[in-house]
Amino acid sequence: MDGETQFLIELVTNGMLTGMMYALVAVGFVLIYKSTDAINFAQGEFCMIAAIFIASFVFLYGFPLWLSIIVVLVLMILFNVALERVVLRPMIGRPVVAIIMATIGLALMFRGLGPLLFGAETRPINLPIPDLPIIWGPLFMSPIDVLGAAISVIFLAGFGWFFLKSRIGVAMRAVADSHQVSMAMGINVERYFVIAWVLAGVVALLGGIVWGNAIGVDTQLAALGLKVFPVVILGGLDSIIGVVVGGIIVGVVEALAAGYLDPYVGGGTKDFTPYVLMILVLMVRPYGIFGKPIIERI
Amino acid sequence: MYFRQSGYYKTNYKSDMALLPLPIGQATAIGYALLFFVILPLAFDEYLLSIVNIAAIAVVGALGLNILLGYTGQISIGHGAFMSVGAYTAANMAKYLDAPFWLTLPAGGLMAALIGVIVGMPSLRVKGLYLAIATLAAQFIIEWILNHTPVISGGIQASIEMPRPEIFGVVLETQAELYFFILPITALAIIATFNLVRSRIGRAFIAIRDQDVAAEIIGINVYRYKLLAFAISSFYAGVTGVLYTYYFGIANYEAFQLPISIDYLAMCIIGGLGSVMGSVYGAVFVTLLPIVIRFFMETVGVFFVDGNYLAQVIAQMRLILFGGLIIVFLVVEPEGLNKLWQNIRNYFRVWPFSY
Repeated sequence: MDGETQFLIELVTNGMLTGMMYALVAVGFVLIYKSTDAINFAQGEFCMIAAIFIASFVFLYGFPLWLSIIVVLVLMILFNVALERVVLRPMIGRPVVAIIMATIGLALMFRGLGPLLFGAETRPINLPIPDLPIIWGPLFMSPIDVLGAAISVIFLAGFGWFFLKSRIGVAMRAVADSHQVSMAMGINVERYFVIAWVLAGVVALLGGIVWGNAIGVDTQLAALGLKVFPVVILGGLDSIIGVVVGGIIVGVVEALAAGYLDPYVGGGTKDFTPYVLMILVLMVRPYGIFGKPIIERI
Repeated sequence: MYFRQSGYYKTNYKSDMALLPLPIGQATAIGYALLFFVILPLAFDEYLLSIVNIAAIAVVGALGLNILLGYTGQISIGHGAFMSVGAYTAANMAKYLDAPFWLTLPAGGLMAALIGVIVGMPSLRVKGLYLAIATLAAQFIIEWILNHTPVISGGIQASIEMPRPEIFGVVLETQAELYFFILPITALAIIATFNLVRSRIGRAFIAIRDQDVAAEIIGINVYRYKLLAFAISSFYAGVTGVLYTYYFGIANYEAFQLPISIDYLAMCIIGGLGSVMGSVYGAVFVTLLPIVIRFFMETVGVFFVDGNYLAQVIAQMRLILFGGLIIVFLVVEPEGLNKLWQNIRNYFRVWPFSY
């Protein structure tokens, strides 16, 4: 195998691993959008704040990692319940821009709050894994990425099962389909709104751990939130499989752009090629590759 | 719902179509004009005038975004990028053609309007989430192109120096001189917006915002008006960008990144969606907020915070307060400062017999 092919294969594999990790962040967004119609621009900041809390508890107060994860999990759940109650429930039925702005406001608060409470230093989250690259046939993979992707796959599969089989998951899909019909079937719609936000918080925590482990924890982690949009548009908002496909597309496109385009145009293509691809898709299929068109009535 | 006190009778079409039909409105307008054109420049020193200048520039941009967001109901997270288009257009014209401001201002606006129309094109087919993300993509793509195209952005640091504006051979250097350059443009923008939103075009915008399918059925060409809204909004943004460039003396894409777009969205929300005066209040409020926080932290905050971290803490406080205010306004008073002001006014108009 010559060097060129080797390079290409490596880019694609690493892109796919990264893409799985993007999918983990994006699934939180999809959860909320599907069941409550709210567009959460703060998903990246949720990951960031969870990771900042975990890393800070470990480094400032000497908690063991597992304890700090549990504490933050509890905090996150409490916070999201309160958030849904106080901020998002009064906003149901308001224009899209109002909900977008509310979550942007939340995002800004998180970006200020994290460094204000714990200082702006970059801290690591050290999961117990070896540093040596994993060599598998011709492939070199970083164990951090492999672990991240593995965690993502396990939890995405878990969520898939949850939505298809469990009672709560089925009810959430019903709520996502139509609020009114679910109410008529005896589903407490408001309770599932809370559950959706709590689940999104849990997913954000996982995303925060995985990404914090991969790139370190500071406010830069919030930039993850901006990757969510190409992922969900490319994959569609309807299924977990769609999110995974979207995540992988974005991860691979980014890796290829960074590998092949950056040397010619001087860097930075990684951040905007997914958006270009997304615009092209929107031009051809306005509701994403897997999305269903919405029929509007007066 | 409009209802007016009785006693004012319109006897001809001209008075029916007047911008300020009531004597009190005319008196208020004259009062504002006196305040801003005579009293403020005499009373304020350079520092205070510099704040007024920045606020006045922000007003133009906020008006533009409110036309799109508040009146037409199309969300745009790329307002900052349109400003950068205007800024670089003007800077290049000034650099290569030695163009005066009365050429660069409309040219910057028109170029931004052109880009705005291109970005607005998906708005025919997509809305809500998808349009928000499409405009967000435009923000990133325009930023990246400016940063990586030395032909447009002048190479090093992607910035171009801008000469000071000149009127009749007088170079405007001090804040007071710039004040008289910026303020008439802001005033013009406010009056133009007032007139736009009560015209045929403005009413078409409002119809599209309220229900675009219904608007189409009653004979409004939705696509054309949506694009027009993008064009007008981006024109304002372009002019804002040119004004910033003249004000700071440099065109740099870093001054127009995503946080700026979000600032302008916040101005519209805090001021009040779909109101002209709301954009003004919102722009002034958002411009003053960091200044007030800085003042507060530098006088009171030094007792609580280590001096070395003060700048950092100010930036973080700004983010928290800013985000918090956006949320509070959205939940408690969705119609913003404008509605608050109206409530106060209505309370006192019938005071003390409010029943």
